[in-house]
Amino acid sequence: MIYACHLDDLPKGESIRVMADVPIAVFNVDGRLYAVDDTCTHQNASLSDGWLEGCFIECPLHEAAFDLRTGAPTCLPAKRAVRTHAVTVAEDGAVYVHAAVAQPVAEGAA
Amino acid sequence: MKAVTVVGASLAGLGAARALREQGYTGALTVVGAERHAPYDRPPLSKDFLLGKAEAADLALAAEDDAALEVDWRLGTPAAALAPGRRAVVLADGTEIASDAVVVATGAAALPLPGAPRLAGVHTLRTLDDAEALRADLAAGSPRVAVVGGSFIGAEIASACAALGLETTVVEAAPAPLAAVLGPEVAAAVAGLHAANGVRLLCGTPVAALTGTDRVTGLVLADGRAVAADVVVVGIGARPAVDWLAGSGLELDRGVVCDPGLRTALPGVVAVGDAARVRRADGTTARAEHWSAANDQPPVAVRNLLAGRTVAAYARVPYFWSDQYGVRLQFAGHTRPGDTLRVVEGALADRAFAAVYERDGRAVAAVALDRPRAFTRLRKGLAA
Ligand code: FES
Repeated sequence: MIYACHLDDLPKGESIRVMADVPIAVFNVDGRLYAVDDTCTHQNASLSDGWLEGCFIECPLHEAAFDLRTGAPTCLPAKRAVRTHAVTVAEDGAVYVHAAVAQPVAEGAA
Repeated sequence: MKAVTVVGASLAGLGAARALREQGYTGALTVVGAERHAPYDRPPLSKDFLLGKAEAADLALAAEDDAALEVDWRLGTPAAALAPGRRAVVLADGTEIASDAVVVATGAAALPLPGAPRLAGVHTLRTLDDAEALRADLAAGSPRVAVVGGSFIGAEIASACAALGLETTVVEAAPAPLAAVLGPEVAAAVAGLHAANGVRLLCGTPVAALTGTDRVTGLVLADGRAVAADVVVVGIGARPAVDWLAGSGLELDRGVVCDPGLRTALPGVVAVGDAARVRRADGTTARAEHWSAANDQPPVAVRNLLAGRTVAAYARVPYFWSDQYGVRLQFAGHTRPGDTLRVVEGALADRAFAAVYERDGRAVAAVALDRPRAFTRLRKGLAA
């Protein structure tokens, strides 16, 4: 598991990017924390820089949106899901990301 | 409506086919493409494709569920005419496709250098075939490259050439590239990327001639300066590909003129993407030559096509991006001379900033270099 930040540093509606085997984006959606792979599955953009609307993150480059609960894209141009990761908050407010096991990197960022 | 033909098989054309099915059209659907390729994404052609970081397969636009669209694809033969009297689209090989309705999505074609002879080593970049030819030429030895035109595509090509380690010169006829689009301050910051990355930028002088007999050896500027080059890439703009519509009854004016709902002068014909010129309520017309318009217009056009009247207008704020020298530029809105630039985050001098253009105290456009998060927030605040 990877230390992401202190909960105080991730207010509602905000996001941060942490480095695991690949960058991971962590979001605070009204008090619930979600983590997904940070790089959009369409081309090269960082979802932590995107526009958060409820449980959906809109990519800052071409506006594909992903459901943070499942990682699934809800519209084109993205066709593939982003990986989701579990997030826990320790008693002291430390936010941890439990990075999913890396998948073989078959597809490069086109 | 029993037969709809979409003419143009790229982002806007595929988008129109998808929108037709999504909006409940169940009749015959034909998509005509001048190129032999299935729809592909053009922006990476001047970026990752030139660098060899993306291949043709990576650019394919089709998604898995597109098979359900049941499209009759007619690829590799351009449309030659629209014959509304016969309700047909006529292809260059004489084939006629019966069409109750037509979506014009033929895009634009790259402009060649006026009056220049045909020489090996001279390229434009619009299609996948163009990009393959240019990439092959850039990989042959270590050519010196001259890019004619310093706008987005020229700058992206120069950036790719610099990344490939090639000696590169950009020649721009205007006093500063992109000043008309970005305003002087931002344009200067962006133009500075060339020098910072070892690319020579020559501004304010048009190209007078290309040199060479069979193969290009360089170019000569109007002031007599010569630039030696083994490869010349011409990036001076594009012209809507609407010649095939001459005599069809459509109003043509550097594109197909249509109403804000993308409907044309002919019932049953709509236009989308680079080929569409929208006449606004105040009578002025404009084309939205961006990926985002090609992506967003088809659902609106299709809605109006199926309704038989204009029930929705395309009213999104124009948005485009450009990747140059590892820096991402994003722009949204409309700016014009006299607007005031206000930097919201970062600094122009660092070439990392987000800023708004203000007119009468109101933000009318937003721009950023490498500030995607701030940019998106500014963009969302712009009124359509
Ligand atoms: S990079 Fe995210 S939608 Fe294109």
